[in-house]
Amino acid sequence: MIPRILKSREAILLGALLALLVLVESRFSGFAAPRNLAAVFNDTSILIILALGQTLVILTRCIDLSVASNLALTGMVTAMLNAAFPGIPVVVLIALAVALGTLLGAFNGILVWKLDIPPIVVTLGTLTIYRGLVFLLSDGSWVNSHEMSAAYKAFPRAVFLGLPVLSWIAVLVIAGFAVAVTRTPLGRAFYAVGGNPHAAVYTGIDVGRTRFAAFTISGALAGLCGYLWVSRYAVAYVDVAGGFELDVVAACVIGGISIAGGMGTVGGAVLGALFLGVIKNALPVAGISPFWQLAISGAAIIIAVAFNARGSRQPGRIILKSAERTA
Amino acid sequence: MSLTDIPTPRHIPDRLSGQGARILRSWELLLFVIAVLIFLANTQASPYFLDPWNLSDATFNFTEKAMVAFAMALLIIAGEIDLSVAGIIALASTAMGWALQFGVGTPGLIFIGLGVGLLCGAFNGVLVTRLGLPSIVVTIGTMSLFRGLSYIVLGDQAFNGYPTDFAWLGRGYVVWVISFELLLFVVLALIYGAVLHFTNFGRHVFTIGNNATAARFSGIRVERVKMILFLLTGLMSGIAAVCLTARLGSTRPSIASAWELEIVTMVVLGGVSILGGSGSILGVVIAALVMGMVTFGLGLLNVPGIVMSIFIGGLLIGVIALPRLFRLLRRGRV
Repeated sequence: MIPRILKSREAILLGALLALLVLVESRFSGFAAPRNLAAVFNDTSILIILALGQTLVILTRCIDLSVASNLALTGMVTAMLNAAFPGIPVVVLIALAVALGTLLGAFNGILVWKLDIPPIVVTLGTLTIYRGLVFLLSDGSWVNSHEMSAAYKAFPRAVFLGLPVLSWIAVLVIAGFAVAVTRTPLGRAFYAVGGNPHAAVYTGIDVGRTRFAAFTISGALAGLCGYLWVSRYAVAYVDVAGGFELDVVAACVIGGISIAGGMGTVGGAVLGALFLGVIKNALPVAGISPFWQLAISGAAIIIAVAFNARGSRQPGRIILKSAERTA
Repeated sequence: MSLTDIPTPRHIPDRLSGQGARILRSWELLLFVIAVLIFLANTQASPYFLDPWNLSDATFNFTEKAMVAFAMALLIIAGEIDLSVAGIIALASTAMGWALQFGVGTPGLIFIGLGVGLLCGAFNGVLVTRLGLPSIVVTIGTMSLFRGLSYIVLGDQAFNGYPTDFAWLGRGYVVWVISFELLLFVVLALIYGAVLHFTNFGRHVFTIGNNATAARFSGIRVERVKMILFLLTGLMSGIAAVCLTARLGSTRPSIASAWELEIVTMVVLGGVSILGGSGSILGVVIAALVMGMVTFGLGLLNVPGIVMSIFIGGLLIGVIALPRLFRLLRRGRV
C-alpha cells in the first residue's frame, strides 16, 4: 500500500514541489516561511480554481481554451457595473459573475453536446469572441482602481482566520471538488466518459450531457475568477489574463491530468498549479528576469508530460517487429 | 464518436452521387460562395477596394499565415496538431536578428531562419513520434518554450536594421502588383496541393488520419510520415518568419502572437476535419482568401482588429455549426 502511494504521480509531484521549495529556500532563506507560503498560495488561488474546472473538462476528453476570455469578460462586466452603480452589493456582483460565467461555459457546452463540434474548435472560437466582446463592451477603455468602490476591492483581501478570503475561496473549491469528484455520480461520470465513452453509454451515462456539465462548471468558475481577478488587481481592461488559458492547461498537464481523458485527480491539479505558482514567485526572489518565466513553464510542461506518459504508455501488439524497429 | 452516433443505413444507394452533385455539395463551393459574397460586400463598402494595388496590399494579410496553414493542414489531416508555430516564428525571427548583430548577410539570415524552423519542428516531431506524447500538449509546451526563449534573448528590446535586399523578401514585387510573398504563396499552394492530392505520401497522410493502426498494418511508416510533417510545419514557420521579419523590418518577442489560433482557424475553416482524415488544400486556400478579405475589408471600414477577431471566431463556429444545426432541425421535423 505504502509503496503504491509513493509511486503515484501526486506523490512524485509533491516531492518535486518540496525539492523546489528546498532549493529556493537554501539560496534565499525566508521563502519557505509559512507567511510567505501563504502569500504564494493566495497568489496561485485563481490558477488553482481555474485548473480544477479545466480538470473536469479534460477528464471528459475535451479542452476549454476560452476560460481566460470568459474571465476577462465577466471581470469587465462586474467592474463596469460597479463603476456605474457603486450601490450594488458585492454579493450580487459575485452572483452575477458566476451566472454570466455559467452562461458562457454553457454556450461552449451546448455546441459540444448538441452540435457535436470538436471542443478545441468551439473554444478556439469562443476564446476570440469572448475577448472581442470585452472590447465591444468597454470600447477599449480601462476601469481603474479609483472608479471601483472600496467594498468591491476589499472582499478578496479581507482576512479571515489568518488567510485572505481569496485563499479561503480556493480552499472551499478544492474541498468541494475533492468530495464531488470522488463521491457523487456526476463526479464519477466525468471519469467514465473520459475513460471509455462507449462503455459510459452502456452504463447509462449521457456522454454529451456530462461534457456539457463539465464546460458549464468550468465556465462558472471562470466567471467567479473574473470578479476575483479584477478586484484583486483593481483594474479591468481588454487584455486581462491574456494567454492565461495556457497556464491553466499547463497546471493540469503538470498535475498529471491525462489529455486523453479519464485520468487525473483533484490533488494533482492543485499541485500542478502550485508548482507553477512557486516558480512564478521564486523567479523574482532569485533575481531572474521575469522574461524567463514563459520558457520555464514551457519546459515544465514538456518534462511533466514526458514523465507522466512514461508509466501509462500501452505498447500495442507488435506483429511487425522488424518493421517497428526500423520505423 | 460514441457508438450511438453510427447510424444504420436505411437505404443503400446503387451508385454514389455523380461528380457534379459532389461538387455542388462540397465544402469548398460553400466557402467560395462566402468568399465571393465578402468580396462583393467589400466593393460596396469601400470605393477603393477594387484598386489593384489595394488588392495586392490585402494579400499580405494572409500570405504568411497561409504558408504555415498548408503544412498545418497536412499535420491536422494526419491527426496531429502543432500549436507552437507562432512560437517557432518568434524564435526563428529572434535568431535572425541575433545573427544580424554579427553582420550576417541576407543568404545567411534566410538559412538561419529556415534552419531554426526545421530544428524546432524536429524537436516537436521527436517528442511526439519517439516518446509517443500527445501533440496538443507537447506543442502547448513548446509554444511557451520557443517564445519564452525569444523573451529571454530580447526582453523588452527589439532587433532592427535588416538589410534592404532582405526586406525585399517581405515587401518586394516580382512583376507589377504581384509581390514576392504572393508568388511564394501560389507556388507553395500548388506544391502542397500536388503533394497532398496526387502523391503516395499524400494518400499516406489521409490514411494515417483515418486510422493510424490500419495504416501501420498496411505498411505505412506512420511515425516517419508524422516526423516529416512536423519538420515541414517547422520549415514553413521558418519561411513565414523570414517573410514576416523582412516585411516588418524588426523583431520583437511578441512577433506573430496568437497566430497559431488564426492558422488553425484557417485550416478548420478550409474544411479540414480537426479529427483528422479529411480536407483539401483548395479549401485552405479559399479560407485564407476569406479571412484575408474579411480582415482587410473591415480594416478599410476602420473596424479595430479585435472586433475582426470576433468575426473570425464567429465564422469558425458558424460555418461548422450552421450545417449541423440545419441537419438537426430537419431531423427533428421529420
